[in-house]
Amino acid sequence: MHIAEGFLPPLHAVGWTVAAAPFVVHGARAVVKEVRERPENTLLLGAAGAFTFVLSAIKLPSVTGSSSHPTGTGAGAVLFRPPVMAVLGTVVLLFQALLLAHGGLTTLGANAFAFAVVGPWAGYAAFRLTRSLGGGLLPGVFVALLVADLATYLTTSVQLALAFPDAESGLTGALVKFLGVFAVTQVPLAIGEGLLGVLLFRVLTTNARPELERLGLLRPTVEPIQEEVR
Amino acid sequence: MNRRTLVTVLLVLGVVALSAVPLLLDGGSSEFAGADSQATEAIEETGYTPWFESVFSPSSGEVESGLFALQAAIGGAVLGYVVGRLRGRRAAAAPTPAPPENA
Repeated sequence: MHIAEGFLPPLHAVGWTVAAAPFVVHGARAVVKEVRERPENTLLLGAAGAFTFVLSAIKLPSVTGSSSHPTGTGAGAVLFRPPVMAVLGTVVLLFQALLLAHGGLTTLGANAFAFAVVGPWAGYAAFRLTRSLGGGLLPGVFVALLVADLATYLTTSVQLALAFPDAESGLTGALVKFLGVFAVTQVPLAIGEGLLGVLLFRVLTTNARPELERLGLLRPTVEPIQEEVR
Repeated sequence: MNRRTLVTVLLVLGVVALSAVPLLLDGGSSEFAGADSQATEAIEETGYTPWFESVFSPSSGEVESGLFALQAAIGGAVLGYVVGRLRGRRAAAAPTPAPPENA
């Protein structure tokens, strides 16, 4: 989903930067607020950032004979709501743009909009929908990560189609072309990402139960009567 | 093996299989080029030339993959640290539930 440096016309580059900026600024406030008001969640915040850091670094082969990477932004969106991921995701993209020549500064806005804004929000919406339909936490997490991943690549395809409409078939033709590059490749990766998210949340529900209860993801357990009062 | 461990093993196998199966089925006919670079090529076919170059580019494929490994390592280290601390905390607090944190 990384649009390479210089590969968006200046007008589009500026447009997407303007579109992404408010989300990132709002997200930065959300991160500061989270750390200040609930410092006990800082560890989990680190985990959410680390998860997307790892997943977006690993390029995996797919059924189409090409390879791509997962995004990992759905996990943080479920834990801390999407605004926080607007910042964490943009930090990942900045790291890759500056050190890896993967993505770029001129395309940072567009990439951030796909990876750090649309992905997390779509994943979070899918999570809420699954939960409201009676799905459990883990099914919700699976769907959230899967949808966040696919929505990110879908957005990139739309962004490229808007910038490079086909000479004959126009916008639709270009969209089909870019979806052909990204969408099918991404399906198995998105499923794998969903499974990884389930693994992560299985660890968290066992070991970070108080945090997940405070974040409203798990119902507080009735504390058993203590046998021994210190 | 209890049920919980079995589910964990199956999940891990599922993740591995999703990448391994395409490689095995393919039989060496595909190059598994990155989707990102395929998109770049598709754009270049339209006659577009990029107007800005990366400020820094890894000088070789080895350096680049090293930096990608570094990114994954940093993420993995932080994730491992957090999970380790959470586990340790649970082990330490096992007799009594976690203390209420009213900041």
